[in-house]
Amino acid sequence: MEELGAIIVLIGSIFLFLGALGLLRMPDSYTRIQAGTKASTLGTLLSLLGFILLMPSWWGKLLILIVFIMLTNPISSHVLARAAYHIKTPLTPRTVVDKYKPSEDPVVEPTKPDTHAH
Amino acid sequence: MVNLLLTLALGFMLAAMVVAVIRFFMGPRTTDRVIAFDVLTITSLSVIALIAWHTQRAIYLDVAIVYGLLSFLGVIIIARYLEKGL
Repeated sequence: MEELGAIIVLIGSIFLFLGALGLLRMPDSYTRIQAGTKASTLGTLLSLLGFILLMPSWWGKLLILIVFIMLTNPISSHVLARAAYHIKTPLTPRTVVDKYKPSEDPVVEPTKPDTHAH
Repeated sequence: MVNLLLTLALGFMLAAMVVAVIRFFMGPRTTDRVIAFDVLTITSLSVIALIAWHTQRAIYLDVAIVYGLLSFLGVIIIARYLEKGL
């Protein structure tokens, strides 16, 4: 049981390291946010799960930490990405599609009701 | 066996923290620095849990909970400040 917990902690730390490596290698802020938070969330969850297997009497506090990280980490990354788009952080030139951009094509826009008709 | 595996895990965590610090100093934009800080604190949560296992004291987990809470609030406040000011 203890060896299994230590192996899970090791796998989680490898995920943490890969997330940080993605932070270093990704081309712009949005991909860095995506790589950094997803991989590090999974890594921390696996590490704390491994510590539950290592020390079963600490399950309460570790479970609080796990639930807390699962709730707060996606929220913070989402708010940060939204703020980054709002202050016009440039996207990488290799970006294919940007669905959050307000549309400038009049064909795509929904037809507004004509308020000056009468 | 367990000690060896956890030492390897500590090595990976410290390497992740070093890489995050490099991005923190390199980052051309504020959001890059903020996300490097976030990864740094989340990695250090795991390091704090490992220290708690090493010293066999559960009180360090309370420190980890408060640290995670402060990190979350810091990122939210900085994002709000960037978006529309305080």
